[in-house]
Amino acid sequence: MAGLAKSGSAGTGYRSITAPLLVPTWAMIGFFLLLPVLLMVVYSFLTKEFRGGVDWTFSLAAYDQFLFSRGLFGDEPPVLEWTYITIFWRSIWQAGLATLICLIVGFPTAWFIATRPVQSRALWLFLITVPYWVNLLIRTVSLRFLLRDQGPLNDVLIGSGLLDSPLQIINTNLAVQLGLFYSYLPFMVLPIYAAVERYNFALSEAAADLYASRWTTLREIVLPVVRPGIIAGCILVFVPSLGAFLAPDLLGGAKTYMIGSLIEEQFKGSQGNWPFGAAVSVILMTLVLIVLMFYARAQARAEAR
Amino acid sequence: MAGRLDIRRYPGFAAMTVLCLTILYVPLMVVMVYSFNDSTSLTNWGGVSLRWYADLFTGVEAPRFRAAAWNSLTIAALAGTAATIIAVAAAVAMVRGGRFRGKGATFALINLPLMVPEIVTAVATLIFFSAIGLTTGYLTILIAHITFCIPFAYLPIAARLQGIEETYEQAARDLYATRGQAFRLILLPLMMPGIISGFLLAFIISLDDFIITNFVKGAGMETLPTAIFGSVKQGIKPNILALSTLMLTVSILFVTLSYFVNRLGQRSRA
Amino acid sequence: MDEVVAVRQVVKRFGTFTALAGVSMGIGHNQFFTLLGPSGCGKTTLLRCIAGFEDLSEGTILLEGRDIARLAPNLRPVNTVFQHYALFPHMTVAENVAFGLKMQGMALEARRKRAGEMLELVHLSAFADRQPSRLSGGQQQRVALARALAPAPKVLLLDEPLSALDLKLRQAMRVELKQLQEDTGITFIFVTHDQEEALTMSDRIAVMSAGQVQQIGSAREIYEAPVNRFVADFIGETNLLPVRVASFAGGMARVVLPGGHQLTCPAAESGPTGPPHVSIRPERLTLVPPGTGDLDATVDRLIYLGTDLQVLARLADGTALHLRLQNSARATPPGAGSPIGIVIEEGAARLLAD
Repeated sequence: MAGLAKSGSAGTGYRSITAPLLVPTWAMIGFFLLLPVLLMVVYSFLTKEFRGGVDWTFSLAAYDQFLFSRGLFGDEPPVLEWTYITIFWRSIWQAGLATLICLIVGFPTAWFIATRPVQSRALWLFLITVPYWVNLLIRTVSLRFLLRDQGPLNDVLIGSGLLDSPLQIINTNLAVQLGLFYSYLPFMVLPIYAAVERYNFALSEAAADLYASRWTTLREIVLPVVRPGIIAGCILVFVPSLGAFLAPDLLGGAKTYMIGSLIEEQFKGSQGNWPFGAAVSVILMTLVLIVLMFYARAQARAEAR
Repeated sequence: MAGRLDIRRYPGFAAMTVLCLTILYVPLMVVMVYSFNDSTSLTNWGGVSLRWYADLFTGVEAPRFRAAAWNSLTIAALAGTAATIIAVAAAVAMVRGGRFRGKGATFALINLPLMVPEIVTAVATLIFFSAIGLTTGYLTILIAHITFCIPFAYLPIAARLQGIEETYEQAARDLYATRGQAFRLILLPLMMPGIISGFLLAFIISLDDFIITNFVKGAGMETLPTAIFGSVKQGIKPNILALSTLMLTVSILFVTLSYFVNRLGQRSRA
Repeated sequence: MDEVVAVRQVVKRFGTFTALAGVSMGIGHNQFFTLLGPSGCGKTTLLRCIAGFEDLSEGTILLEGRDIARLAPNLRPVNTVFQHYALFPHMTVAENVAFGLKMQGMALEARRKRAGEMLELVHLSAFADRQPSRLSGGQQQRVALARALAPAPKVLLLDEPLSALDLKLRQAMRVELKQLQEDTGITFIFVTHDQEEALTMSDRIAVMSAGQVQQIGSAREIYEAPVNRFVADFIGETNLLPVRVASFAGGMARVVLPGGHQLTCPAAESGPTGPPHVSIRPERLTLVPPGTGDLDATVDRLIYLGTDLQVLARLADGTALHLRLQNSARATPPGAGSPIGIVIEEGAARLLAD
């Protein structure tokens, strides 16, 4: 638009003050999140100070420690250290399994709600999301309380005679799975709900008219259409689960050690290793970025079609 | 034989939904019920009593919880307010500012706290404060909270703003209102349900935060979530159940409030 | 100063798209002036330029001689009635009407009094304390009018205000709006795509198309003396006959009709710029026995319209024509396929500029 905009008379006139309006946002998020993240990447290349801070000397020790066990063995040639890689692999596995469980439970739930009469849908959604609004810590604590050896669940199972000795759930993978499921289920339900709500049921009717069974219709017709919602839900569960701390820490134990706990440990007091913690965080963030990039590309491809 | 085939019904889906809701609510209900347990043992039921709630306020740990509650509530109020104000400015710029250089980058920036895993944010923030020499404590918690609350406040505000047609502001300007008057007398009142919603959301997010707070609080500072966590690590005690029930009631109340404020706001639009 | 608004060579571009391509016009005092044209012709853009919601790419706009092109909308003594009224939902009707006065700094009592007078003018005094959402479309529109008139602007802009109303209400409002303009003496600039509306209400009409002014004139001038094919076709119905120009001088032309007959007729001031056409309104043609009129044609079909009879006919070279005849005069209408002769009323044909 050619020159005469000095009076800001076009439209409602906010165009000329967008910069000052955005300064606080850039200041806060740019300075207190973006910059720190970049600084964290830098820290991953520094040397650990024995008192728990950092010494500003460039070093690859953190990444080295992650992959190799040279540090422990001195002059021997580098041997691949599986400990940390295993922890990562376990986290990916746990997150993936949690995503799968959320999908299996979440898809029917989302479908059910989306096919309710319009007025009651808001109520169902409300019911599903209300527990989410409770503090994650409290939700995890309540799960722990419920599943303890001496907890109410075992009380009921033993008291009703179904079991003789308590079911040991805490400290197992199952508990962590339940914890992750409990933490992130609504993230699976809501995007699938949104996709199903927009689904044109006339397509299912056409399929039925052409002799398809309900399940075939689901597989061949519904799922491809609803897939973007499913993928969104999976991403929204998988990514947070990967870096989860509370569920593995409060519900799991040594056998279920995950990335979140590994990172947390590096920053506790003087035994911590800040560069190493930073390095693990960088690796986690890279993993998440890769997943998100795949997602973005899949989205773009879907839209281009 | 069965009646007409309903293509929306799949057997087992309703059951799955009920199962899902059950799993979601049972742990919370159990905690609520046991918080009224009149017995020092966690497992045996001793009758209904409010003793653990009383214990929160008068028991041996009461001062600790009180301090934690004070910190949590004040930080949530301050961070919520700051984040809301910043989010309002950002929303006006993004929704009403037309196309400008850096709009895409700003959008990415606003969403950044939601994209970065919480634990990574926690680590990065701790490292940053340590590098610039800022002692961890109330201020560091507050700064971190404001930062990650901004997108949460932004979402309902921007959504509401997008639904307000520009013609109202144009009409106001047509009727001799300055930009400031049009904003204050027309846009702001119409945006209010979104702003309140955004504030409530930011408040709750701040109140509930654990991981980031835990990292940047330093020694000697507690918020309610970190106090609960510390206590739970030593074993779940009945007063924790009471505290948890209180907190979850507050959360649900706030969310319900936010929901109704939004609904009211929608109905008042011509 | 005989013009209250002068638009001088206004150009408005949105990126590569030109919405107004050099528009000029003068609008007088105490006038009901209409901008008429199809969607996308630029009429609403021009209105927004006058109101101050769009900057001009080129050109200027004068209000009572003063250049307002660079002024913000709140500094122009011009008010707008928006297409969907834009009544502030969080204020009562009275508060809405008083808003412009409040912004101008009028004291509370004076505001209340004036708002009351305006509501009286539009017959809505009883609704002063209602919320706008509780009013019908017609009532909301009248509130929008009262609100825009309250600050006594020099010019009132109306952006298709009747388009959201149903037919009966629209027809009633046309009369009311016209009356309101006469009562207040304020120039109304009215935007519409409905030519019937334009013809019934306006003192002067500017017909626009594709960002340019096609013709400005009274309703009669536009209808009876269209300058080009667009205007002839957009307003009412017309027949466009391709002709050959034998001579052209001083506003009159001698043309050769299809079939050979010659005719002297008024012409638009500039000569034809493309293949010449004459425009003849269907009600200015009469039927005569074949061979005795200006044209010979064959009837395609007849359409009975109650008061009128529409005769669709075709000339020997294939050009389509239609006539509108009053039903009372005809004894027996000619059947489909029968040959007819057509006489063109004196002065009814008009050579178009394009």
